[in-house]
Amino acid sequence: MSFSLQKDKRGVVVVGVDGQLIVGNRQELKQRVLDALEGGGRRFVVDFTKTGYIDSSGLGVLVSLSKKIREQGGELRLAGLNEDLQTLFELTKLDTLFAIARTPEEALADF
Amino acid sequence: MKTPRLNLRRRAADRAVELSLDVPSALEYVGPAVQLIADSCTSGILSPRRVAFNLRTALAEALTNAIAYGNQENPDRMVQVRVELTATAVRLHVVDEGAGFDPSLIPDPTLPANVDREDGRGLFVLRHLVDDVAFNDKGNAVCLTLLAG
Repeated sequence: MSFSLQKDKRGVVVVGVDGQLIVGNRQELKQRVLDALEGGGRRFVVDFTKTGYIDSSGLGVLVSLSKKIREQGGELRLAGLNEDLQTLFELTKLDTLFAIARTPEEALADF
Repeated sequence: MKTPRLNLRRRAADRAVELSLDVPSALEYVGPAVQLIADSCTSGILSPRRVAFNLRTALAEALTNAIAYGNQENPDRMVQVRVELTATAVRLHVVDEGAGFDPSLIPDPTLPANVDREDGRGLFVLRHLVDDVAFNDKGNAVCLTLLAG
């Protein structure tokens, strides 16, 4: 399983990405998050602690999900990026679009 | 899902190793193909970190472009991947059967007007992850070079 979704007691949905987020599995992530959004979830943290690499298709699906969640009055935050992935977000300037926390715990702390 | 064919062969002339892989034009093959190539490059001249991130991400970008835009996911077309492992560099050649494109026409995805677009970052990401990116004149073949380190 590439992805895990868990809702904490305050209703924040934590999405774990295991391995990679690329063109071959991005639709699965998108559908699972959209299902959670339709189910009432509004606050999402994507945890990349166990993620090796993300391609531009994966970046694109995060942009798409962030827009859809914002349209519903919610927010999507990112956490757990390793140094290479953090650089990827900075290079593409996507660090200006997302709230990025060092750890999922930090992302959840003031959510 | 079918597993892409991976054929290993050695060139006797300069002791370089060459790997070749024919990838069907379906996006679900990108991940398995990248994994096969990366697993074959782990004991070479690139650091494990560069194999795990730079090589895998760059190859995924090149394969996605070739399958989606080059071959337009046409099942009758294949993408050829050839990997040269030498003493000084790893070169990834990715060739599709499409009409090619002009990479200079791809807009900068980091411009304010483009930064929240969902697509258009592939080539930009590619150029930042490897030491050299070279297209042929037609634009249907790309060579990605990662120097030792």
